[in-house]
Amino acid sequence: MKVIYTDSLVIGGGLAGLRVAIASMQRGYDTIVLSLIPAKRSHSAAAQGGMQASLGACIKGEGDDEDVHFADTVKGSDWGCDQDVARMFVNTSPKAIRQLSAWGVPWSRVRGGDRDVIINGEKVTITEKDEAHGLITSRDFGGTKKWRTCFTSDGTGHTMLYAMDNKAIQMGIPVHERKEAVALIHEDGVCYGAIVRDLITGELIAYVAKATTIATGGYGRLYSVSTNAVISEGIGNAIALETGIATLGNMEAVQFHPTAIVPVGILTTEGCRGDGGLLLDKDGYRFMPDYEPDKKELASRDVVSRRMTEHMRKGKGVPSRYGDHLWLDITLLGRAHIEKNLREVKEICEYFLGIDPVEEYIPVRPTQHYSMGGIRTNATGESPTLKGLFSAGEAACWDMHGFNRLGGNSVAETVVAGMIVGEFVADYCAANPLKVNTSTIEHFMKQEEKKITDLLLRDFGENPFQLKAEMQKIMMDKVGIFRNGEDLAQAVEELKVLNQRAKKIALRNRISSSNPELVEAIRVPKMIKLAQCVAYGAMLRTESRGAHAREDYPERNDRDWLKRTLTTWKDDSADLPEVSYEDLDVMKMEMPPGSRGYGVDNTIHHPDTEKRVQKVEEIKKANPDADRYEIQELLNPTPIPEKFKGKNERIGRGFK
Amino acid sequence: MSEQERILKFQVFRYNPQKKGDKPRMVTYEVTEAPGMTIFIALNEIREQQDPSLQFDFVCRAGICGSCAMVVNGQPTLACRTLTSNFEDGEIKLLPLPGFELIGDLSVNTGKFMRAMSERVESWIHDKDADKVDYDRLEERMDPDVADEIYELERCVECGCCVSACATKRMRPDFLSAVGFIRLARYALDPRDKRSDDEFYEVLGDDDGVFGCMTLLGCEDYCPKDLPHQTQIAYLRRKMVMVR
Repeated sequence: MKVIYTDSLVIGGGLAGLRVAIASMQRGYDTIVLSLIPAKRSHSAAAQGGMQASLGACIKGEGDDEDVHFADTVKGSDWGCDQDVARMFVNTSPKAIRQLSAWGVPWSRVRGGDRDVIINGEKVTITEKDEAHGLITSRDFGGTKKWRTCFTSDGTGHTMLYAMDNKAIQMGIPVHERKEAVALIHEDGVCYGAIVRDLITGELIAYVAKATTIATGGYGRLYSVSTNAVISEGIGNAIALETGIATLGNMEAVQFHPTAIVPVGILTTEGCRGDGGLLLDKDGYRFMPDYEPDKKELASRDVVSRRMTEHMRKGKGVPSRYGDHLWLDITLLGRAHIEKNLREVKEICEYFLGIDPVEEYIPVRPTQHYSMGGIRTNATGESPTLKGLFSAGEAACWDMHGFNRLGGNSVAETVVAGMIVGEFVADYCAANPLKVNTSTIEHFMKQEEKKITDLLLRDFGENPFQLKAEMQKIMMDKVGIFRNGEDLAQAVEELKVLNQRAKKIALRNRISSSNPELVEAIRVPKMIKLAQCVAYGAMLRTESRGAHAREDYPERNDRDWLKRTLTTWKDDSADLPEVSYEDLDVMKMEMPPGSRGYGVDNTIHHPDTEKRVQKVEEIKKANPDADRYEIQELLNPTPIPEKFKGKNERIGRGFK
Repeated sequence: MSEQERILKFQVFRYNPQKKGDKPRMVTYEVTEAPGMTIFIALNEIREQQDPSLQFDFVCRAGICGSCAMVVNGQPTLACRTLTSNFEDGEIKLLPLPGFELIGDLSVNTGKFMRAMSERVESWIHDKDADKVDYDRLEERMDPDVADEIYELERCVECGCCVSACATKRMRPDFLSAVGFIRLARYALDPRDKRSDDEFYEVLGDDDGVFGCMTLLGCEDYCPKDLPHQTQIAYLRRKMVMVR
């Protein structure tokens, strides 16, 4: 049995995973990163538009600060997020971006003087202040009060990931590539690493560690059309689920991005609309102002996606052989702007659609994009139920996004969570000796060996590719943008059947080394379980919140549903997860539930909401001399690690 | 659908070094073309419907991550964004990228090569004071044009097309190649990197470095991101000549 020991094992080599590894190493702990692929190819690289941090350097960002970012994030989440975490996040994001700047990200900068921009379809001249010249600039994104999204052209994720991986290389952090974690090792409620399959040799290796961090990204590939990379299959989430101890949070919270190209589902960044692009229907008519007169194309993602779908249902979509779509018009931005700030978008249009977006409209449709749900963690990033298991980034339900994530908050989360959770991982390594029974390691190793041997020996059975396609279709058709009880119940039943069939997979290519069919056979049963968590959670949640939109329950129901869904899968022979709920405590909220300001507010309020609103007012009145930091501390004290507690400086404002 | 469907003929290099006794060979697969079909879509269809053992690498499938470079009808390129409709006769021959360790079939180990390259050119900001920066304070300013210029050179996705298109690399196994040169040029341009010209010379100044280049410019011709390799190699050479 091959065993590799380390202090801090990180599963996933994207931005979040690398940042946790860097934090571990900085604190003097041995660390290893496992990755399916070379780290620089992780899905983080595909984030185009930018990272939200309230630097407030560009003129349209003036007046921005942590509090404004916090309010946008909480509203965006439809009050489903953990406000402690959202607070930690917004306070740390400016530091994260400045650190990345020191590590080499060539953030686009403010240029003092006049420049022309497109706002609400009109050319407008804005004047950047000379004293801000050379500071990190930002662009407009959906659902934000200020221009807060910092960027490098539309290759933001790429430059961030390259800087992060280069930092990891500088520090000598080993990345074990082409390795897949297939099970977690745990004993008495404590996690001790993972059983890992070498995707080239097929060898199983036990990576034994004090702390294990899962940073494997989202589960978008549960759907047949997704903007996600093909590796975003949720396997990290699934191995946590399969412990029967760790819980997954809010798996039904799945985001659809308004503008992926048709039919292949590749993303065109929100920056297209942020920079002034418009959505048009089959008549060339700009329809968003009719639905959302205030924010128009820059309403929150879940809202825009629903409005687009509604509009297509009215027969206003552009018919095509792949079904209806709408147009994204960026022609009004002009060639110079597109070739500088939206060049990936231009390349994608040229290669995949054969069009020049400077001259022609882009065919788009809302498409699965982001997983708000994931491994439920405390604010420290640790699983509340399985000690020593941490999670960060999209894989986690750390829960700063609740039921809808704002554009630009995802790459921001990866690096901020990496910083914060990384510190708690290091604290954990400091406080806990590695005490694991070798027979436990052996037990998990044998279990995984047997699963693979069974697969290789079975003569007849199910085709894993086929099962996956069926699952993806169920999710696409019945657990999509608009949901209803009937479809969801059907999806749950159909997934139960698939879960049984997945126990009888047989291979045509029966070798244990490098074998894509075997990889699929190992993953697909895990994916079906995850899909069931999404569908079942969605069926049970009889309200609409953020991206979870029930046609049969259109109101947000704080009275009954201001709570987080928790799923576990304790019984391996079961076809359904066990579901429980964790209440969000209104009386502790810095920002009590209110209206997001889209459409008609039909919220059914929580009995505590009014009390909390009054309480917040009282606290503010009782402390007339307190500045915003002191008020925040009174309303919402958060466990930010000491080294990230400092106030953030802004141009023209200092540390106020 | 009115137009006639085409049958595409894929000739694919097959060899699995993990499998005892396996021999390199070309295998032909037929696929019915669909509108907008890319090599990514076609290869997945072959794997799912005809041969589940076929190995290849795709990650983003959007031309962003650089995983899927292979030799398509004699030319290294990103397979994910290559439309099958580009090939008039419907015949498409696929070979793994040369110059890298073969994992199997069309899959090569670019990761190992690129990590070694990054270590060799020390692909990071060299600044003794970088870790003393107070991140609560305003970041160091940078001229907006300089930031844009750095980004131009940072657009490399480490796909390996330049390495496989390079004749010098074929003759000199340790040749740094365009991917390494452009990385160094990126750091040489970056005011945050405090390395001196002498220090850059240590990495670049021999025949495995920028003076080994025979200026055949396969790198420039085949770079999927249209990076200015030619200009950068010339720039580094001029800079190096001034050092000694």
